[in-house]
Amino acid sequence: MTTATTRRVTIDPITRLEGHGRIEIFLDEQGNVADAYFQVVELRGFEKFCEGRPAEELPRITPRICGVCPGAHHIASTRALDDLFKVEPPPAAKKLRELYYCAHMIHSHIAHFYALAAPDFVVGPEADPAQRNILGVVAKVGLEIGGSVIKHRAYAQRIQEILGGRPTHSVMGLPGGVSRGLSEEERKQIVEWAKSEVEFGKLSLKIFDDVVLANKAYVDLILSDGYTMKTHYMGLVDEKNRVNFYDGMVRVVDTTGKEIVKFPARGTAYLEHIAEHVEPWTYLKFPYLKAKGWRGFVDGQESGIYRVAPLARLNAADGMATPAAQEAYEKFFATLGGRPVHHTLAMHWARLVELLYAAERLLELALDPEITSPEIRTLPTVTPSEGAAIIEAPRGTLIHHYQTDERGLVRGVNLIVATGNNHAAICMSVKSAAQAVIKNGEVREGLLNMVEMAFRAYDPCFGCATHSLPGEMPLVAHIYDHQGNLVRTVTR
Amino acid sequence: MAEAKKKLKLALYWAASCGGCEIAVLDVHEKILALAEHADIVLWPVALDFKYKDVEALPDGSVDVCLFNGAIRNSEQKEIAELLRRKSKVMVAFGACACFGGIPALANLFDRQSIFERVYSTTPTTVNPAKLVPQTTLAVPQGDLHLPTFYNAVYKLDDIVPVEYYVPGCPPPPELIWQAVEAIVSGKLPQAGSTLAGERALCHSCKRKKEDKKVTAFHRVHEIIPDPEKCLLEQGIICSGPVTREGCGERCLNANMPCRGCFGPTPEALEHGASMLSAAATLVEGKEEERLAPILEGIVDPAGTFYRFTLASSLLRIRDRALAAWTATAAAQPDRASGKGEEAAS
Repeated sequence: MTTATTRRVTIDPITRLEGHGRIEIFLDEQGNVADAYFQVVELRGFEKFCEGRPAEELPRITPRICGVCPGAHHIASTRALDDLFKVEPPPAAKKLRELYYCAHMIHSHIAHFYALAAPDFVVGPEADPAQRNILGVVAKVGLEIGGSVIKHRAYAQRIQEILGGRPTHSVMGLPGGVSRGLSEEERKQIVEWAKSEVEFGKLSLKIFDDVVLANKAYVDLILSDGYTMKTHYMGLVDEKNRVNFYDGMVRVVDTTGKEIVKFPARGTAYLEHIAEHVEPWTYLKFPYLKAKGWRGFVDGQESGIYRVAPLARLNAADGMATPAAQEAYEKFFATLGGRPVHHTLAMHWARLVELLYAAERLLELALDPEITSPEIRTLPTVTPSEGAAIIEAPRGTLIHHYQTDERGLVRGVNLIVATGNNHAAICMSVKSAAQAVIKNGEVREGLLNMVEMAFRAYDPCFGCATHSLPGEMPLVAHIYDHQGNLVRTVTR
Repeated sequence: MAEAKKKLKLALYWAASCGGCEIAVLDVHEKILALAEHADIVLWPVALDFKYKDVEALPDGSVDVCLFNGAIRNSEQKEIAELLRRKSKVMVAFGACACFGGIPALANLFDRQSIFERVYSTTPTTVNPAKLVPQTTLAVPQGDLHLPTFYNAVYKLDDIVPVEYYVPGCPPPPELIWQAVEAIVSGKLPQAGSTLAGERALCHSCKRKKEDKKVTAFHRVHEIIPDPEKCLLEQGIICSGPVTREGCGERCLNANMPCRGCFGPTPEALEHGASMLSAAATLVEGKEEERLAPILEGIVDPAGTFYRFTLASSLLRIRDRALAAWTATAAAQPDRASGKGEEAAS
């Protein structure tokens, strides 16, 4: 199991990605980190078993890839069907989808920040693990804010339910439109909720200000080398290069923030720019920029590795499309030394800037008089063959690509999911954090949480509210001596 | 009375699933705190695997109720299902995947090799000239790395271990989850083997107008704009309402979309897909041979439509031989880390 000269640290939390994950850390003779592997130990094979299904059913099948962010798959799939059937939804249908999707973003970002990220910052990375959870957060920020968190996530779920039939695994997406419109009564209700979400978005940024930015230790941690990695960044932008979640162009910027490439989010142009590498020790593949090539697990300007998710979206854009979010965007870069920001933990702040944008955009759409139009379907007339679309999932760029026969039965599916895009970067972040906290064979007590923080920044699914509620996400590290004997177990 | 005050020990675990069942639990919102008053959650999905030894150390039968979601897709999930069964007095198959295989069981229309071939070789973005596929054991310079064995088929939970109760749905609606929790907490559980949902077909609770109309053709969902007040089947849209258990709150129908059967078959319609096929046939007007044509033309994917969530529980158990094969393998290699020499894609 271990060779004579290495020791091994296993972190086997079996945590959620598109399934489960595991971390293996190998130490060299000096007791420093020789290598680290972040393994995704599960595969379900959606790319295969979607074959033979009628394409129009995929928005009801592919969301089962991830029940934490099913709305992202539902919308990506629906937009891929627009492209497949070469059909343009009526304006109201597009707005309804985007409105639904803003609510989805709000639910996901709230769950991630408060239940997952906040325990590390609000309660503290070195705090008593028994306190380091959502209940500890509530204890610290007060019951009033705690109740507000639950309420605003519930509003977002309720909006998705109104339009999609149910909040998880919604059903309204069809090529050329949506199955259900919005009544005036429902619209008024959503306006009230959206106003409240905007205030909640502002409050969340203020909490981040008070708790994180006002604490030098946290700021130092965010800026520290262990959590810094220079990569390229990918994100969807509108015609003015502002962040967009639903439609537009995919923009990639390099490690200096310069645009390398921009391609349409609808259609198969992504094939010219993205390729995927396979490693035999994990079930998940490693996407990279084709123009740069796969150069292994290295960062920097020559590497093909890029990152997605909130930090990447802010880095890849020139601004935000709503006023309060734009202000927050400017403050973000002014504080962290300009665009691009390479500090992985800044992802949490970026997520809150996006939460505010999603809330403001939700309100804009709910106030749009066209949103209650009954014109919500364009029936497809073209024989389908191939279609693809890219949207921004809460965790980053998401690609759905379908090929069909002339009856619209699926022949080929290609999926590149948000966490897939970040897979190589997550592996490197974990290794880098491990190297920072393990020296000369000494494993600091904070190791487990510090390493966990490195990947937690990327992935709400790892410790989304559901998993964190009963307590801290527990971890165990097994430390073996050079003979392979277990000499120490660190658990929390 | 003293016993009534004793807190229940609850366990939750996910296997081959999406996490939507967990989100559904969270969607009971503030009631989750009430649950905490009555029960200690001793195991939580993420907690379980790396506390494998701790779980093993618990006395058998010391967990009161285990809510298990997800299907069984690989060796690790099977081992944990067996371990949790030993430790739990009551095992609940929670959600469509645990009950019937769910969406992941659509993979049973294919074998492992073709899934690997697609994912790691023929997808248009994959660059893999060496044809690498994930290995259950791989030697890297510093030691061995392990991955669970990916089975040739997907299994529902009661294929692997005995199950006392079933909570269907993809995901189960929060109201139904809360009813189940109340039944568990109060100890008022029905007879073992029961499904904690309605007993009748979804059509009974559906509020759409039915006119006993026959159809002459079936339409796919993107082809027509259906009347939101009327029965979808009578408008020629395939809806699994007649053979699917009620209790979901008709949420898909409220969004003007048809049922795809995530609550599984009614007690009468044990074979979900076959029952739906015959239900569709009785809707078509005309003589026997004339009635076949619209079905053949309009229903383009009968297996994937009628068995959308229930392929692993179908009598079409096309992978039974595979089940026997891996049971034999598992007996020979009881240690979960002992996948040596076993290729994930073999």
